[in-house]
Amino acid sequence: MVPLNYYLILSAIVFAIGVVGVLARRNLIVILMSIELMLNAVNLTFIAFSRFLGSMEGQVAVFFVMAVAAAEAVIGLAIIISVFRQRQSLDPEEMQLLKW
Amino acid sequence: MVASDPGVATYDLLRWIPLIPLLGSVINAFLGQSLGRRNAGLLGCAAVAASLAIAGYVFFQLPPAGIFRDPIYTWFESGAFKVNLSLQTDALTSVMLLIVTGIGFLIHVYSLGYMGHDEGMVRFFVYLNLFIFFMLLLVMADNLILLFVGWEGVGLCSYLLIGFWYEDPNNTIAGNKAFIVNRIGDFGFLLGIFLLVTELGRQGIWTLDFAELQKHVQMLRPASIGLITLLLFAGATGKSAQIPLFVWLPDAMAGPTPVSALIHAATMVTAGVYMTARLHFLFALSPATLSLIAWIGAATAFLAATIALTQNDIKKVLAYSTVSQLGYMFLAVGVGAFSAAIFHVFTHAFFKACLFLGAGSVIHALSGEQNMRKMGGLKPYMPRTYWTYVIATLAIAGIPFTAGFFSKDLILWQAFSRGAIFLWAIGLITAGMTAFYMFRQLFMVFHGECRAEPHAKAHLHESPSVMTLPLVGLAIGSIFSGWLGAPEYLWGSVWDRWLQPMFGAAEHHGEAGTEIMVTLLTLAVIAAGIYWAYLKYGKAGAQIAEESENVFYRLSLNKYYIDELYDGVVVRPFTACSRFLAQIVDPWVIDGTVNGIAALARGLGWVTRGLQTGNVQHYLAGFLLGTLALVAYYIGQL
Repeated sequence: MVPLNYYLILSAIVFAIGVVGVLARRNLIVILMSIELMLNAVNLTFIAFSRFLGSMEGQVAVFFVMAVAAAEAVIGLAIIISVFRQRQSLDPEEMQLLKW
Repeated sequence: MVASDPGVATYDLLRWIPLIPLLGSVINAFLGQSLGRRNAGLLGCAAVAASLAIAGYVFFQLPPAGIFRDPIYTWFESGAFKVNLSLQTDALTSVMLLIVTGIGFLIHVYSLGYMGHDEGMVRFFVYLNLFIFFMLLLVMADNLILLFVGWEGVGLCSYLLIGFWYEDPNNTIAGNKAFIVNRIGDFGFLLGIFLLVTELGRQGIWTLDFAELQKHVQMLRPASIGLITLLLFAGATGKSAQIPLFVWLPDAMAGPTPVSALIHAATMVTAGVYMTARLHFLFALSPATLSLIAWIGAATAFLAATIALTQNDIKKVLAYSTVSQLGYMFLAVGVGAFSAAIFHVFTHAFFKACLFLGAGSVIHALSGEQNMRKMGGLKPYMPRTYWTYVIATLAIAGIPFTAGFFSKDLILWQAFSRGAIFLWAIGLITAGMTAFYMFRQLFMVFHGECRAEPHAKAHLHESPSVMTLPLVGLAIGSIFSGWLGAPEYLWGSVWDRWLQPMFGAAEHHGEAGTEIMVTLLTLAVIAAGIYWAYLKYGKAGAQIAEESENVFYRLSLNKYYIDELYDGVVVRPFTACSRFLAQIVDPWVIDGTVNGIAALARGLGWVTRGLQTGNVQHYLAGFLLGTLALVAYYIGQL
């Protein structure tokens, strides 16, 4: 059996990739994908602990996270399409009207 | 309590005496322009005439020693302290009512002619009626608070009417001066009222009704009576132009002449005398205050008379003469002769109003000239004005069997017989000076050759009947009003019998022989004054046009530089202080604080707004850093 540590390390690596993607990439779609990556890294942790502790609660949490992620993806993509129609660009650097 | 008092009756008619002029004022204020100038003036006169008729009726209904009361409603109530809006009429009030409405009516009629060509005639009658309302409220009030309302109201009307021709800034400044100087006195008056309420309240009596006060003033501590009467008298010095607050009255002559006659000679300025007479029971308890009042009165009478000796402006002479006569009234109050003081108020109202209106007639005829050195020889041009002026001059100088003779002699005799010999001597010299400056004026204005400017001389004319008839009425009063108060060695005083219940027996110390001797001495001094005036100004070939360079003459002509003194000691430091506050403290300290706080916030924002880039990834980086910091912290805690 694969030890718990492996799962957690993998999860941390995936999460870190997601964080870097959100902060560094210049495309809103990739940023959205990176957010999915972070969510799924967390899901992996939930599942690993669920299995390790023999409890179902982690799996329930994962279902909630997946539902929220689906909704978020729908709304996020809708916003992205709308933004693209307005500006013909998906670069977050160019979206900074909302400041002083 | 009140109802069971014998001689006190409730009488609903009283409220209409002040109400009708108020109605006249309000109607003229809103509809006067559409009524037209003439009708507005007639309405104003009719309102005062109605008040006069009611006041006359009430006067004849009033039994000796009786009081009519008209309790309208309770104005305010606080615990045991209750102030009514209620009017009363007793012997003293009824006399004042007749003065205010009677003289007021004649002056209203005169104003029809005097103000007939003025654009602001409607406004003039609005103010004049309003003044009559407040003055009637003042004399009819049955408590000190209501009296104070009338007191402030007449001050307001005085201010409005002094600055009536507001296009000339000098008039506005004179109005401000009158108002501000009165404010100083009124502040003392108000403090006196407060002190009276709290001191009586300490004894468990919460009232300011005159009737109640009279019953309870004995309970006050002597020290507090002294202070209360002093503060109340401070109010009187302001309103009645006594030292040290008399400086506003001569400047108040900037107003139209009927105003000078009505407000600044006959009625409002005597309010201080009325107030001390109304509260005579309180003042009588403080001999120190009374003696101070007598000294201030005598000093004012003397000082103002010396200034009047050399003035060139026809109205300024009369103004200082008024201040001087008011001094006589306070001299009488100070020696305890309240009845004599009110008697002088009464006779003075006639002859001084007559003089002012006569002066107004002269000014009107000379197209606004007020300098007596540019008058002279007007007698043949304006006979009616001349003869009424002569009668009033004789009256104020105190020639036998005119009004001024009886009242001034009574005051001098009261001072003499009550042992105030030095005060009497001051009054005696002042009587001589009064005769001098009044006859000097008479000679300068009406006798000798005409020194008027050619254009003014071209349309010299007697004033219309609407102006001369009131003069005749007042001239008749200037003689006969005094006959009511004749001394015992003639036919006795109706006046004293009428006011006796108010002030107690008017004591006539000494015997008739001494009184006649004192009167003869006064007459000799007066005759000397007149003769001197004749030598200097009346005789053919008198050098009227030249002013003397004598140091006393300069002092008197320049009013002892008192205005300059006040200007240097009070006005300039005060305005300098105000200017400092307005130009330094307000823009730099007050505005600086407020603007400084705003600038601080803006500067802070300028520094920190760099953090808010608008780029969502920067925020997320901050979010990450914050989370890592929190995690690091909790790991450190483990």
